[in-house]
Amino acid sequence: MKTQQLMQGNEACAFGALYAGCNFYAGYPITPSSEIMEIMARELPRRGGVFLQAEDEIASISAVIGAAWGGARAMTATSGPGFSLMQEGIGYAAITETPCVVVDSQRWGPSTGQPTKAAQGDVMQAIWGTHGDHPVIVLTAGHVRDVFEMTVAAFNLAELYRVPVVLLLDEILSHMRENIFVPEPGELEVIPRSRPVNGAKPVAPFGGPFIPLGYGVRFSVTGLAHDDWGFPVEGPPAERLLRRIVEKVWSKAREIARYEALYLDDARAVVVCYGIVSRPAESAVEALRSEGLKVGLLTLKTLWPFPDFLFRELPTTVEYVLVPELNLGQLVREVERAVGGRARVEHLGRVDGYLLTPEQIAGRVVENLGRRV
Amino acid sequence: MLIHTAAEYDRYLRTQKLPTVWCPGCGNGIILKAFIRAVAALNLSQDEVVVVGGIGCSGRTPFFLDFNSVHTTHGRALAFATGIKLVRPELTVAVVMGDGDSVAIGGNHFIHACRRNIDLTAIIFNNMIYGQTGGQLAPTTLPGRRTTTSMWGNIEPPFDIVRLALGAGAGFVARGTVFDFEQLSEILGQALAFKGFAVVEVLTTCPTYFGRYNSNDDPYDMLHGLKDRTDPNEATMAEKLPVGIFRNEPRPEYTELYRQLVEKLGGGGQR
Repeated sequence: MKTQQLMQGNEACAFGALYAGCNFYAGYPITPSSEIMEIMARELPRRGGVFLQAEDEIASISAVIGAAWGGARAMTATSGPGFSLMQEGIGYAAITETPCVVVDSQRWGPSTGQPTKAAQGDVMQAIWGTHGDHPVIVLTAGHVRDVFEMTVAAFNLAELYRVPVVLLLDEILSHMRENIFVPEPGELEVIPRSRPVNGAKPVAPFGGPFIPLGYGVRFSVTGLAHDDWGFPVEGPPAERLLRRIVEKVWSKAREIARYEALYLDDARAVVVCYGIVSRPAESAVEALRSEGLKVGLLTLKTLWPFPDFLFRELPTTVEYVLVPELNLGQLVREVERAVGGRARVEHLGRVDGYLLTPEQIAGRVVENLGRRV
Repeated sequence: MLIHTAAEYDRYLRTQKLPTVWCPGCGNGIILKAFIRAVAALNLSQDEVVVVGGIGCSGRTPFFLDFNSVHTTHGRALAFATGIKLVRPELTVAVVMGDGDSVAIGGNHFIHACRRNIDLTAIIFNNMIYGQTGGQLAPTTLPGRRTTTSMWGNIEPPFDIVRLALGAGAGFVARGTVFDFEQLSEILGQALAFKGFAVVEVLTTCPTYFGRYNSNDDPYDMLHGLKDRTDPNEATMAEKLPVGIFRNEPRPEYTELYRQLVEKLGGGGQR
């Protein structure tokens, strides 16, 4: 029999991380992510892992990257202000191809904003927050069981692609409790950390599988443009490095995409949503369908690399796309670009700190499509 | 093993990465050599040593050393090193930083590493100026000195890194100079062997910027200036800048305390 448990979003994130083999956590307390840290502080020592309360978020991300190079599966969790402080470190993780997971439970911003109110204002920062062209994978989740699964996915993708993976939660999801079936051991795939083979000929640490430090292959790790052994380069080799690390993620958008599609086949309108907004969006679409309106739902769980193909492959019946977000218009720009004029794309934003309602979303669809079945 | 010959030093260097990026007359090479001598004297294996650098002239040190080399972001070397050491307490982790790196942008990490007493050896290359960026004011620049951002003479008081480390609780605190190689390598050896957070401030010279802007760009004179400014006989806060070991008091070390916690909770076995 499967274990059912009433679980909070942040709890699901922490236990998802442990399920995925996370054995290092460094963080700094910040609402609304602190429960993740508190659970890791309790659970990691008794499982033989390492927990560190760092002096700030910069130290947190730096220690996470150091721990990853020591061989750990490492993560940190934070919210907007702390996420901003972590950006330089995320860039370092990107150029050094360090597998690590950064959870950002979004709160209303900018600045201190409304610490206990939800938003989806960090989408663009998660994708483009650090300077320079860079690879990153950005994931979201819409319900508590989803948080568990997407945290495991975050660790897997970090391992597979050697990139920092950002998991975007939000204040509502972090603090919401739902009764979930907790994944059993073995139920979800966990991709293990590659280990150097004893006695094997040393291979370059960059451009191939991840090799932790201190296992007999002496190389360098640097945030400078570098060669395959981690030593500084300039000019064309730097360009080759940048193109390689960016392409390894951008070219795999289809493989990295996690999403759910509902009622798309005959849809005249599609609601595109992600994160906590998928809850009212789903209710809205179900209500409109029950009235006979041809409305579909596309729930994105991978926000970056952006799944352009989903929009290129939308049925030709689609004439209207609504993107409800808890911001003033962030992911909608990517949607617009990917739809490429094949349908009208509209944004519906709510930024008072509260969740969009099914009525707001359904109402906007009806305003545009009419009640015509 | 006490090493002397160039070949013995070469074993610890990535000779194909030489020459270093450092200017002629720079004192940093003396620190590099003293560090190698200390590591060799302790018979540490190159595979078991991690050298973590920050950003700046000093931060380039890991590239020339044939150990596990990590070159991090500006000011954060100690935080990266903390992650490495926590996961791999069996490795010897040395952290090389500049004065701006360690006590300006990285000041928060520095005081907390002192407080936490994690087994890292922090080697601070103090040349009293930002060298790599072209000679700007550092938090260690003495009053009145000229830099590209204090061209009318510095009006800020400097940090005394030794006192800062003592106040923040580091278990091992010392100061050496690139004038006195023998003393420096001896201090570095003791620091590396110390179980806990060890701070070694090394006074070094920057003829290119500090010297040039302050009417004293002769490397030989600058080296001897260090001798005149410091007092090697008395490890006290005397009139001259004291050099030597100011504290060598082991206290419970962080990774060891963590290991004991894991053991108490029955979490050993996996890591």
